Amino acid sequence: VIPAAQYTPYHPRWYRRRVSVWWWLKQRNYALFVLRELTSVCVAYVAVALLLEVVAIGRGPEAHALFRQAMGKPAAVVVNALALGGLLFHSVTWFLLAPKAMDARLKGQRVPDAAVSGANFAAWAALSGAVAWLLLRG
Amino acid sequence: MPDTVVLEVARYRPEQEAEPVFQSYEVPLRREWVVLDALNYIKDAADGTLSFRWSCRMGVCGSCGMKIAGRPRLSCATFLTDCLPGPIRVEPLTYFPVIRDLVVDISDFLVKLKKVKPWIVRKEEKPLSEGEYRQTPEQLDVYKPFSMCINCMLCYSACPIYGLEPHFIGPAAIALAHRFSRESRDEASAERLEILSGPDGIWQCTFVGECSEVCPKSVDPARAIQQYKLLGAAHWFRSLLMPKGAR
Repeated sequence: VIPAAQYTPYHPRWYRRRVSVWWWLKQRNYALFVLRELTSVCVAYVAVALLLEVVAIGRGPEAHALFRQAMGKPAAVVVNALALGGLLFHSVTWFLLAPKAMDARLKGQRVPDAAVSGANFAAWAALSGAVAWLLLRG
Repeated sequence: MPDTVVLEVARYRPEQEAEPVFQSYEVPLRREWVVLDALNYIKDAADGTLSFRWSCRMGVCGSCGMKIAGRPRLSCATFLTDCLPGPIRVEPLTYFPVIRDLVVDISDFLVKLKKVKPWIVRKEEKPLSEGEYRQTPEQLDVYKPFSMCINCMLCYSACPIYGLEPHFIGPAAIALAHRFSRESRDEASAERLEILSGPDGIWQCTFVGECSEVCPKSVDPARAIQQYKLLGAAHWFRSLLMPKGAR
């Protein structure tokens, strides 16, 4: 250990600023980051709602009708709409950040970030399309 | 363009004040002047007591990092004309203890940097007679962006995690660890992963991403940390599936 570094915490005259609890409001990027992290709650909510619907379907048509009735109430519609907004925001930011973690290489060259994000978005759209087709084909 | 601009410079003279205060200086506004030129003008012509670090004036030495107009920047690479209309606030790098005026204590970073072994480690050096360690352009390309770090610490000053968790090893040190772990001549990547998988390492990072935004050399430390997380997770899964064969 460098002696100076051991000395650092005890140096009485150096000024140390405390980090404010509101640090994330002081810059747009920090606020967006916190929003991105918070919207993961929406992702969890949508996942739980989906599981509950699957359970309701498993219990039979009556249980499912009850579930749909509950989800159709105005308060539930508002919550669901907010959750959908949060879910979309989270998903879009997630896919935009994906290239940072993925070190994709093709023939020794790094695949451009836009291509990695684009592939993720395309896969998302294709899967969503397939699910929509399954559900809506009649 | 006006003839002058006002710089609001943070002053901290421990023998005089308990916390930093701002002092205003009017300096000539010249198109070719960077903030460092203005600070040197103040030091030469207005107030010789102002303290700040600088050396190369050309974005290589990494000494003159400061918070300028609310953002960590190199003062030698920030033009006055880009900060108009002013007044331009000049403060020491955040999250580091302030020794005096714009001079901060950087020993915490130096200790952390050393911890991740940012040099080529060989288990056994081959004799000189066998020649140099060769590397292809592709092998160089794998780590080159991460090798551009000039240790200016702007990324630490941009990282709220470092502010909240001072033990966090931090962006630049992890980027440099990544640079050496991706190096074809190095043999200590497992050792570095072990160090960075600890409580002060990669998992402290919540991917705010601001470190990469402020980096004057486009090192992209956030990328290095996320790639390290992927390596760490893969290593963990391997050790779970093959407890003996992971290393």
